[in-house]
Amino acid sequence: MNISAILQSSQRAFPVGAPILELDSISLRFGGVKALTDISFNVLEHEVRAIIGPNGAGKSSMLNVINGVYVPQEGSISLRGERLAGMKPTDAAKLGIARTFQNIALFKGMSVLDNIMAGRNLRMHATFLEVALQLPRARREEAESREAVEEIIEFLEIEHIRKTPVSRLPYGLQKRVELGRALAAEPKILLLDEPMAGMNIEEKQDMCRFILDVNDHYGTTIVLIEHDMGVVMDISDRVVVLDYGKKIGDGTPEEVRSDQNVIDAYLGVPH
Amino acid sequence: MPDFWFFLEVLVGGLLSGTMYALVALGFVLIYKASSVFNFAQGAMVFFAVLSFVGFMELGLPFWAALPVTVGLMILVGMGTERFVLRPLVNQSEDTLLMATIGLAFVIEGVAQLAWGVDVRRLDLGIRDEPINWVMDTTGMLVSQLDVTAAVVAGLMVAALALLFSHTKVGRGLRAVADDHAAALSIGIPLKHIWMLVWATAGVVALVAGMLWGARSGVQFALVWVALKALPVLIIGGFTSVPGVILAGLIVGAVEKLGEVFIGPFFGGGIEGWAPYMLAVLFLLIRPEGLFGEKIIRRV
Repeated sequence: MNISAILQSSQRAFPVGAPILELDSISLRFGGVKALTDISFNVLEHEVRAIIGPNGAGKSSMLNVINGVYVPQEGSISLRGERLAGMKPTDAAKLGIARTFQNIALFKGMSVLDNIMAGRNLRMHATFLEVALQLPRARREEAESREAVEEIIEFLEIEHIRKTPVSRLPYGLQKRVELGRALAAEPKILLLDEPMAGMNIEEKQDMCRFILDVNDHYGTTIVLIEHDMGVVMDISDRVVVLDYGKKIGDGTPEEVRSDQNVIDAYLGVPH
Repeated sequence: MPDFWFFLEVLVGGLLSGTMYALVALGFVLIYKASSVFNFAQGAMVFFAVLSFVGFMELGLPFWAALPVTVGLMILVGMGTERFVLRPLVNQSEDTLLMATIGLAFVIEGVAQLAWGVDVRRLDLGIRDEPINWVMDTTGMLVSQLDVTAAVVAGLMVAALALLFSHTKVGRGLRAVADDHAAALSIGIPLKHIWMLVWATAGVVALVAGMLWGARSGVQFALVWVALKALPVLIIGGFTSVPGVILAGLIVGAVEKLGEVFIGPFFGGGIEGWAPYMLAVLFLLIRPEGLFGEKIIRRV
């Protein structure tokens, strides 16, 4: 099935649209180490796009480039046709790009509610003085955010742990809270760095369901990195395959699965 | 006077001076929480703040005008410190940052004396360091008006900060930055703004602490050493806990006054100066993270 087939067969509330994110000939080096070499691909609006590859293939580097953590030496990133140069993580956040981290990066001392509320940061515009004096705008924004956050909490089915400090939660739930914090910013594009890593089967299934629900309910474009090919193939519209920092495959799950280069990269080839 | 009332008088006196230790320690905690910097210059900031306040009053500004002007000055000092001392050192080790704040302490002390001179000044807040009459009449206890006022102001200050830094956008931002830089950036919390805010707040806290201490013991260079009293408070309370330093401040105040009066005579007196440090050493041996500090877990 090719892209046009996806576009036509889509029964989704938010059908896959035009390219929202375009990466053109991205190369990233750390000193002499080439993390990414000449990688180009695009992400369509409302799509679930996966980046897969064996360990050390450059998946996380790729995500960090999109998020502005790393600035590539060569190549360009465009959002809706507009080139983003020298973008930093806070800029990415302002442009509507939210993310989760491979090794959960929650605010450990804070409750679930406060973590997700923190995700609303860019949706709250009251200045320090307005907050300190509890002026109307600060109070109104706090209330509105609380409402939005409650909706997310309900959506992710974590009502019962709302007040629990996140450090006390099991791994799978922490991952879910992190997803909630990213969602709180109402992002256009959601970057998920190995959302299913280290989970058991049941947790993985839950996470898959939430990812698809987010895509369907909010229309969020999703770019996810995953190590586990099986899971990815079930939930992604299209897949980019990286190996040793190079792109070796790109297409629908079926296309990628039957691609000889991809099979070689994953299963190895006789020398 | 019965022994009980005497004991209570010493205890109350200790607790009241403890709130003032807590106030100084609070300045350290604010900065340490958000940026893991032990700000050695906090004592110098206390000195600089109150000296400037008195200086502005000597220039002819009335109290109500000198206060906001000094608050503004301390905000500038705090923001300037963040911008010109700490931001260039971002991602350096904690030791490097500590050294930088030691240097900063000397600069601030120098600038303060250069600008305002080295004379000891009196600061009259209109509240006298005299016993409250009705307490003396009813119970026979000597409780200083100034101590009570200082405790109330310190209490209000702490309560206001605790509220601000709890369930508000600002508070969440502060705690988020303290917990995880990368994650805070990813949700668009600007580290630099938070750090500036924290330093500016610490500057204002320094001013309040300086005014209370200055009113009691004169505005002089020795105020710099008030910060040393905050050290056992920080060790006992935990470097990252606002409620911890409040409780620890009270404990230190009570221990040093009770110790001086009831245990001191066995050692020939003068234990007030070192009793808090002994207590701090005990805490380091038994509970190094302090009362409410984050448990130190090291994986090997």
